[in-house]
Order: sequence, then structure tokens, then C-alpha cells
Amino acid sequence: MSNPSLSEKSPARPRTIAEKVWDNHVVAEKAGAPTLIFIDLHLCHEVTSPQAFSMLRERGLKVRRPDLTVATMDHSTPTTSRDLPIADPIGAAQIAKMESNCKEFGIRLYNRMSDHQGIVHVIGPEQGLTQPGMTIVCGDSHTATHGAFGALAFGIGTSQVGHVLASQCLLQVPSKPYEIRVNGQLKPGVTAKDIILAVIAKIGIGGGTESVFEFTGSAIRALSMEERMTICNMSIEGGARAGLIAPDDATYQYLAGREFAPKGANWDAAVARWKQLPTDDGAVYAKQLILEADELEPMITFGTNPGMGISISSPIPTPASVTDPIEKSDLIKALKYMNLEAGKPLEGHPIDVVFIGSCTNSRISDLRAAASILKGRKVNPKVRTLVVPGSQQVRAQAISEGLDKVFRDAGAEFREAGCSMCLAMNGDELEPGQYSVSTSNRNFEGRQGKGGRTFLASPLTAAASALAGAVADVRKL
Amino acid sequence: MQTDTKTNTKIVVAGTPKIDVIESKTVVIPIENIDTDQIIPARFLKTTSKDGLGDNLFCDWRYAADGTPNPDFPLNKPEAAGAQILVVGDNFGCGSSREHAPWALAQFGIKAVISTSFADIFRGNALKNGVLPVIVPADVHAELLKWSGMQVKIDLAAQTVILPGGHSIPFPIDPFAKQCMLDGVDELGYMLNQEAAIAAYEAKRVDSINVLQ
Repeated sequence: MSNPSLSEKSPARPRTIAEKVWDNHVVAEKAGAPTLIFIDLHLCHEVTSPQAFSMLRERGLKVRRPDLTVATMDHSTPTTSRDLPIADPIGAAQIAKMESNCKEFGIRLYNRMSDHQGIVHVIGPEQGLTQPGMTIVCGDSHTATHGAFGALAFGIGTSQVGHVLASQCLLQVPSKPYEIRVNGQLKPGVTAKDIILAVIAKIGIGGGTESVFEFTGSAIRALSMEERMTICNMSIEGGARAGLIAPDDATYQYLAGREFAPKGANWDAAVARWKQLPTDDGAVYAKQLILEADELEPMITFGTNPGMGISISSPIPTPASVTDPIEKSDLIKALKYMNLEAGKPLEGHPIDVVFIGSCTNSRISDLRAAASILKGRKVNPKVRTLVVPGSQQVRAQAISEGLDKVFRDAGAEFREAGCSMCLAMNGDELEPGQYSVSTSNRNFEGRQGKGGRTFLASPLTAAASALAGAVADVRKL
Repeated sequence: MQTDTKTNTKIVVAGTPKIDVIESKTVVIPIENIDTDQIIPARFLKTTSKDGLGDNLFCDWRYAADGTPNPDFPLNKPEAAGAQILVVGDNFGCGSSREHAPWALAQFGIKAVISTSFADIFRGNALKNGVLPVIVPADVHAELLKWSGMQVKIDLAAQTVILPGGHSIPFPIDPFAKQCMLDGVDELGYMLNQEAAIAAYEAKRVDSINVLQ
């Protein structure tokens, strides 16, 4: 796990962007202990922070850097009208606890009524909090989303949330740099979501353990910032600690003028610093995967982890094709849970729900993509379609573009911002046995509601499936 | 729990469980990629404390829809009663970063989990909560997976798993995490003792990335 090369501080040694960000944040290195690194931005939400605040209180500690800490509420937060009280008393108590903790410890909070509220990984970038070269943590495994800006961003447990609150630091061991190069150009109907689902299907959900992914190549460079966020977001689904993309002009254009982005001379100095971040020629990766974008098709998962994915025109794998006995029994178990027949295509399989949202695919470009399919059409009356914007700002933008009307006219629900049916903590959930096509990131058993069954896909595939009432290939629309 | 001061400058001794030698029968869940949503489903994460999670460990596998225990689930079998060592398939603890997963395991009485690999975040969380993640070679793992109830001894100081026949298998662990577990302290005291280094780092930090100033 240790990477001796990192202790060589020779500036001449070519380094990856992840190594540069790491080196820039080393606070202390002592024999026999992991490295103490500084955290530039700590994002908090209501689910994984209360026990950390309790720890601070029990030990008489304060938050060291409230100025580098930002909180919101998203996971337990209802996406029904904000005029209504929170129906679930346990969820309401957790949300109230977030308010009182942030007040007590002096932390900026975007609460349920704030026009800055939203999924923690959506609001960071949209407010310019997320910047290249930063270390960013959150008690949430999808923190790698922020890596799209060339930040080293990773999910942490609640104990570590407490450590960062108290010290603004973390004890960490270096990760292995893992290059995922995507060459060429995506075909119509194939999206950033399909790239990352294809990567995970290829390497498996443990393939990136102990690693930080760096996504490179012409297909990645051609992506918008929002598409890059979709890719980095699911790095954890490949087992990686983080995933990142070196900043470029698209990054700077996205950031310029946002609320917390540097301004004036500070901006110029920041851009000059950020331009030093990209991986040096000759830097060595521990692992590498190369994909050709033009060979990719729309992807969909059939099983109970995000690595169980296929292109939409492929049949569901058969257990007979798997040699490893545990892997085989896991596939049989997954197909049983999903009630699917091996060898059959997934296309045309009836569905009950379509969920368009989550930190993976709830930004304005995702909503525009879904709306482009739904406009002037009606979703299948058997399908409940939920469109849940990632933030209040995304929601407001969608309304200003008339997308809310497109969704409602098509028969979809257009909700308030939050995590919603991605993890079914807030009352938005599948019923036992229901099938969904979901733009979220996890298809684990019961993830979207006890007994629910999830097919992960892109917003285009999800919208096309909502129209068909079944898993659909958007290219045939 | 003792706190010397209201500031963050003194070491604070934490109350994490001490782990030294674990001697127990095993209970086997022979499934790969067990994610933290299975260990503790998200609907139980609305709590603001750590209490009561053990009752819902593996809830959707452990209980039938009517709430009765599923007799086929390994933890519900009579021979599993009192087992402190869980043997599972590869890549245990993948998915969500929820520390509720090791809290639930610890509250249920699990002190060690044996596999060939663990997801990174889970492994870090487990080490902080008195749940020892033990990585063994594939051949040893295959033997351990064969049946529940094997009497196994885990010696953290020696970093060995001792099988019923006396065969001793070494396992890796980060030396710092090991010492914390042996001493029953958490990392935070050590971190807060680095105050001078943290302050020095903050002083040389470039101002314009102080995003909220």
C-alpha cells in the first residue's frame, strides 16, 4: 500500500496530478504513522455528521476551520413541496440536529429552505467551492465527483468527519495512480454515464481498490464539466478512493465568476497555479486501462452491483460462462433477486419506475438530456417517472428553461432537490418487486427501497425507457 | 473519556475498544462484494446516535418480510450464536462510506472479519471501531469459507490467524492502526498533538484557496 516513490521529493521526478495534489498537502510525515494531510474543503450532510459533532461535544473540542466547512441537507430531506412539514419524525429529527449542530459549531449551512440547498456534490461545484488542486472530503463515498476539477476528493467515515472538524487534517496513506484512458469520440446516444458504467463492468467493483483513477484521453477532454462529474462520481463504484481529471480551459470557464471562485488578481494567480497540476510527461501509473469511445454503446446494469453491466444490445450473462465458483453463485443470486433470465436481452423488460436524479446525473445538462427525449411525448402510463434536480439552483434553471413543464406535460413528477430515490431514505422509494431504470449510481439489493430492483443507465436511456414502459435503446427512438 | 482543555491543543484520549487476542468460532457468509447497504440498509441511517444498529445488521437478509428471522441466513443458525469472527467473500464492505456498517457489526458482537480483500473506506472505518479486518491468502480463505463454527484464534500483536490445527497464518495491518487497536485509543489524539505542524502548514497556505474568506 505504501508508495515509496512519493517520499522522494525531487522536483525533477515526473508526477501524476494526484501525486502533486498530495505533495502540496502534506502537513507531517512521521515514521510509523500515515501521512497527515491538510483538507481544503470539508462538506457535511445530515446523515454522516451527527455522531461526529457528538464526539466533539463529548471531548470539548471545537471546529478548527469553520471557514473551510460547508453543510447542506440532502439524504433524508424530502423532495416533496417545501411548504409541507417533514412527515417522517426520525428524518425530521436528523434534519433538526443538522441545524442545531451547525449553529452550535458556527458552520455555514444551506438548509432545506435555502436557494443554495442541494445534493452536497452538486452544490460544491456550482458555487465554485470546488477548485482544482484542492483536497476535498465529505462523509459520503461519492465525493470523488469533485475530482472532475482536478481536486483530490474522497469519501470518509464519520470518525474521520470528526477528525477533520477538529483538526482540518486526515491521516492517509498514498494511493496508487491508475490511468483510465478513453480515446476517440462517443457515438450519438452514448454518454459519460455509459463510459463509467463500461469502465466498471470491465474492471469490476473492486478493480480500483487502493487506487486513484485519473481519466485521460481525447474522449474525456471533449466532455463538459458536468459530464466529467458524472464520470468521477462513480469512481467509488470501481473501488477507487478517488477519481480525477486534470483541469483545462473547460474547467476554468466553468469556474470563472462563480460565487466562491477567486476573483481579479487572485483568479489569475489561481489559474497559473492550476496550470501546473496536470500529470507530467513520463509520470508512471501503477495500472492502466484503455477504452475506445467509438466502440461503446449505451450501457445498462442487470444485476445487484454496478459492475454487473452490459451494453443495451447484449444478452444477460449466463452463470455457465463464469468459472469462479463464488462469482458464479453471486451471479445466480443476483439474477434470482432481479428475477431475470440469463441469456435474454434486457431491452424490452417491463419497468415500473424511472428515476432521473442523484449526484451522478441530476445537473442541468442531465435534465436537458432527459427533456430532449420527453418533449412533446407522454411517459407510459404504467411508469412512475420522477425527475429530481440535484440542487435548488439546477431546479430554478430548469424552470427558467421550461423543462419543468416538459416533464409535467409528459406525465413525470418534477421534485424539490435532494438524493431522493438514489438511496430511498426520504420516503421516495420503490415498492418490493418493482423495477426501475435509474440514473443513480448503485443497484445494490434494496438500494432504492426494500425489495426494489434497479437498472442503472444514462438519462437518455432512462427517459426513453419511461416512454416505452420498458428498458429501451434511445438510439431506436 | 478525559478532556484536558476546551481548546484543541492537548491530547484527548479516546474510548475505542481494545483488541488483542480474539478466540472464537467463525460464522461464514460465502458471498463476494457484500456492500454496506446490505450490512446496514440506508433506512436505518436516520439515527443521530450509534445505538441500536446491531439489531438491524444484515436486516434484509436476516429477517423475512414479516420480520421473523430467516432460518437459512448464517447468522441465524444456532451454531452461529456467540461467534465473534465473520468470514466473507472478496471485497467486503464496498459501496457507501457509512460508518454505521462497522458500528452495527461491533454491536452485534463481531470483533474480526476475515476475507481476501476489503473496500478501502470500510477497512478504515472498521479499524476505528474495534472490528479487525483480516486479509488472508486465497487458499486459506477457501478453507475458512467451507464451514461455519471453525475455532480460530487471531493474535493482533503477532499479526497471525491460528487455525484449528495450529497452523499460523500472518496477516498485514497498518502499524499505526494496529497500535491504536492494541492501546484502545483513536487517531485523533495523535493528530491534535501535531498542532505545531498544522499551524505551520496553515501559515504558508496560499490565501486564495481559503474559499470562504
